[in-house]
Amino acid sequence: METQSIAVEREKLLDWYRQIVLIRHFEERSLDLYHEKKIGGVYLHLYNGQEATGVGAVAALQPQDHVITAYRDHGIAIAKGVDPKYVMAEMFGKKTGTSGGKGGSMHIASAEHRMWGGYAIVGGHLPLAAGIAIKARYLHLDEVTLCFVGDGASNNGYFHEALNLSAVWNLPVIWLIENNLYGMGTAVERASGQVELHKRAVGYGMEDGGRIDGMDVTVVYDTVKQARDFVIKNGPILIESMTYRYEGHGVSDKIFKERAQEMAKWRDRDPIDVLAGHLKTMFGDDIEHELEQIRLKAEHTVHEAIEFAEQSPAPTYEDLFRNVYVE
Amino acid sequence: MRDALRIALHEEMERDETVFVMGEEVAYWHGTHKVTREFINEYGESRVKDTPISEMAIAGAAVGAAMAGLRPVAEIMTINFAFLAFDAIINHAAKIRYMFDGQFKVPMVVRAATGWGMQATASHSQTPEPIFAHFPGLYVGCPSNARDAKGMLKAAIRDDNPVLFTEVIALYPKPSPVPEDTDFTIPIGKSDLKREGDHVTLVAYGRGVDWALQAADQLEKDGVRAAVVDLRWLRPLDMSIVFESFKQTNRAVVVEESLPHYSFGSEIAAQIQEKMFDYMDAPVKRVSAADVPLPFAHDIELMALPNAQKVVDAVKEIL
Ligand SMILES: Cc1ncc(C[n+]2csc(CCOP(=O)(O)OP(=O)(O)O)c2C)c(N)n1
Ligand SMILES: [Mg+2]
Repeated sequence: METQSIAVEREKLLDWYRQIVLIRHFEERSLDLYHEKKIGGVYLHLYNGQEATGVGAVAALQPQDHVITAYRDHGIAIAKGVDPKYVMAEMFGKKTGTSGGKGGSMHIASAEHRMWGGYAIVGGHLPLAAGIAIKARYLHLDEVTLCFVGDGASNNGYFHEALNLSAVWNLPVIWLIENNLYGMGTAVERASGQVELHKRAVGYGMEDGGRIDGMDVTVVYDTVKQARDFVIKNGPILIESMTYRYEGHGVSDKIFKERAQEMAKWRDRDPIDVLAGHLKTMFGDDIEHELEQIRLKAEHTVHEAIEFAEQSPAPTYEDLFRNVYVE
Repeated sequence: MRDALRIALHEEMERDETVFVMGEEVAYWHGTHKVTREFINEYGESRVKDTPISEMAIAGAAVGAAMAGLRPVAEIMTINFAFLAFDAIINHAAKIRYMFDGQFKVPMVVRAATGWGMQATASHSQTPEPIFAHFPGLYVGCPSNARDAKGMLKAAIRDDNPVLFTEVIALYPKPSPVPEDTDFTIPIGKSDLKREGDHVTLVAYGRGVDWALQAADQLEKDGVRAAVVDLRWLRPLDMSIVFESFKQTNRAVVVEESLPHYSFGSEIAAQIQEKMFDYMDAPVKRVSAADVPLPFAHDIELMALPNAQKVVDAVKEIL
């Protein structure tokens, strides 16, 4: 590689490292904050373990591209450029949050970032992704929609209808299954006849994007980058990214701890370590100093986000009735 | 109440081999709300079936299994997800008996957790029983306490008609004595006087009964004697006790956890004015949730929720 492109490559990888570490720290602190009852409610679905998939996939997009996902959404919103402080404020139920405190952890959206939101009804956002992509075809825009899909969600009726529709209309959608092996407590083998979920593409007559290592951000990036070119020209693709969640389904999951051995195996391929490994191989061990700086910066950013959330005002009685309709 | 439901299900599975349970996480997670705790160990996978996240298939397959002669108890994790199963429940379960003029019966129960107030946000915070109760062919029940829960669920499982049985999440931890008699049932469509009183009639079901009872306690201190009627079943709707009470009190307040438009409250108020017009001394008041999708933030969520104080205030308006 020429010196210039090496520098670019280095910066790109460091940026991914920055994002992954930031999301990791954000999620770990969120769990503490939930236990401290600063983040309320009964739902908190964390993304730690899965960061490489979200960060790599979103990085492969153009700024005008669209992202939509389920309730495990904080990390994906941050990867799409939403400031963590607004995400945190939303999780605190504050007026300064991305949804003014009305959506909570499961519903992080930012229209300006083309982050169309997290959705709490399993599978419900899939047809929305198809619909967003209709507009791109309609107006001949160079825009794709990246739709994150849970392995469990792939067994919901919404999945079938949305994928089929996207295929018959050649919609520019990247369907990215995040196969973290479980939907709540149910392993893929107990829920899906075809356990290699990407193979379902064949049944819909759409491009099979294969199964990829979702713990390696570079693999996810390369795959989704190619997919972007493909879907603009041809129509949808289905990719299955193999990954793992470190905290169980949500804060109510008591049984995931029984899977300690499995967890340890996946933690050996932790997205942060995998990427640090790439960086060291390419740029030498000295880069560790920079990585250390990045980690400290992430702590600082999350700390600031929490302060912002804590100091923000709560929504008011008037807010309760605002935005039921377009006014 | 959780244990009462578990015992009811257990007893019915013991009693009748055709009764089986299916739903998301009912087996190895032991039910999201732990109503099927240990069932998998006792009955195995043939009678305790974890399903994929496929509400349409859960409800639809329950309809088919019931038509074929089994007695499925299908669990929909929360009532919010029953919207995905709405077609199977409404267009099939509720209509098959009639459409085929009595050739088939559909003895199924759909159990679903209901209610809000836990910052679960708009799509996960609904109590839409009245919507389901709109349709003939389906029974809809929702117990307010453990004893009723046991008797009502057992009756639902034994009945030959499809039943939507909702369980208020906030009431699961509620303790209360449960009759040990394995044949104790509470007939479908039987309402219950939960408290006597001759100044005003409070009409409720599910969690609304608690608010009504708390309000009645508070009102008593001011010398107001409120009767509390628990309808238990939205369909079939038994208004006999309400009417009986209304003849004495001439005033009523309906308490509902759900939304105000086209609601439980609307139905009860309409029936009272139609049938009890000569006894009416005041308009029927309704205490409902605020007419909004539910927000996440706790303070404003609570502002939207009915409570005992709002019931007391409503009573005072019509005294
Ligand atoms: C329609 C519907 N059914 C059930 C649920 C309850 N639920 C929430 S998340 C979940 C598991 C989803 O698993 P998966 O799609 O694999 O996503 P993951 O949580 O692993 O990211 C279930 C069953 C729901 N929210 N919506
Ligand atoms: Mg999963």
